[in-house]
Amino acid sequence: MIASLFDLTLCLLILAAAGAAVFGRAAFMAVVFFIVYGILIAIAWLRLGAIDVALAEAAIGAGLTGVLLLAALARITRRIDAPEPSTGPDRTTLATALASLVIASAIAFAFLTLPEPQGLQERVAENLADAGAENPVTAVLLNFRGWDTLLESIVLLAALLGIWTLARDEAWGGRAGPRHVTRPGGVLAQFGRVLPPIGLLVGIYLVWAGSKQPGGAFQGGTVLAAVWIVTIMAGLMQAPRVADRALRAALVIGPVIFLALAVAGVVAGAFLVFPPVHAGWLILAVEAVLTLSIAVTLAMLVFGPPEEEEKP
Amino acid sequence: MIAPSASLLYGLCGAALIGLGLYGFVVHRRLIRRVLAFNVIGSGIFLLFGASSYRDPAAGADPVPQAMIITGIVVALSATALALALIVAYARLAQSGALPEDAAPGADDEDRP
Repeated sequence: MIASLFDLTLCLLILAAAGAAVFGRAAFMAVVFFIVYGILIAIAWLRLGAIDVALAEAAIGAGLTGVLLLAALARITRRIDAPEPSTGPDRTTLATALASLVIASAIAFAFLTLPEPQGLQERVAENLADAGAENPVTAVLLNFRGWDTLLESIVLLAALLGIWTLARDEAWGGRAGPRHVTRPGGVLAQFGRVLPPIGLLVGIYLVWAGSKQPGGAFQGGTVLAAVWIVTIMAGLMQAPRVADRALRAALVIGPVIFLALAVAGVVAGAFLVFPPVHAGWLILAVEAVLTLSIAVTLAMLVFGPPEEEEKP
Repeated sequence: MIAPSASLLYGLCGAALIGLGLYGFVVHRRLIRRVLAFNVIGSGIFLLFGASSYRDPAAGADPVPQAMIITGIVVALSATALALALIVAYARLAQSGALPEDAAPGADDEDRP
């Protein structure tokens, strides 16, 4: 594909949004530009033919990371009212700019002198019939490189455990995150009622379609997490208690079942091998439980550690 | 050498993003701005990786790098969430959004209300 004017404009827009996110004076403005930047990057992924990555970037890279940054910013500024320390051009910033320029140029040079990539498209296409998923990306994620996905789901859990350890002792066991109160009839309260049904449909569709078309457990799980987050931020539901057994079961069921199937694969030949005859429904089952765990974990990452004291 | 194409453009864009993010990561004193800049570096690396694996539209995008990038995006989110929670906890205890060693001489009053 020859670069078009569209690609050039998009790249310039991406760099401008990233520049505003990095150089912007106010932190809030920087975060807003970062979200815009994430959406633009998602369009770039579409141009590169990576629709699954575009979905993941829009949902996770732009959406969830943006929400996390906004929530953290609100929590920090509520506690301290520090203006942005001035970062005027002194010798260190000049040296940093120069060093960054050199590193970026070196990376660009390395990129330009890369050999023509061989690619694994053919290898994946040859083995797709045995993978149990028609979408090659889903086949790679859950079958050919299932190891990555298994560990990734455990990394998500590890991050959540790390966040939970930051709770104060007296708040432990309580509802995750701050209490959300919204003005009745306000935009968020209305939005919180309109969005969830549509979001549920989109999220479940993304998982279901993921075996044949772009989509999958991570993209669908993120949309479902967003539905839950909006409902709680709109004050229509309360965040669950971190000590809740059902919550904890939902958090671990995905990785546990994935791991159990991986161990069961030893019977069929090797660790993490799905027998081709059963691969189809096994992958769908793993995706379904993974989606649940991913959605719950992502939402709990956004809510943060419990903040209010547990009332007996 | 990759033929002049859209992937070339996006690869160079990724390299520029890595430089931009690196600058922000070093220069900013507020920790939350550093996390943001770190995410710019991350997506720059993903874009570079994706662009370098993209050959021609007939063959389609290589699914293996795509799957690895999706994994990377999720891991980056996990790290960001943990980093932000640490920063919030630090701000609660230290009453500051920046590390003491980063406070410029005389800027101490700015960091503390």
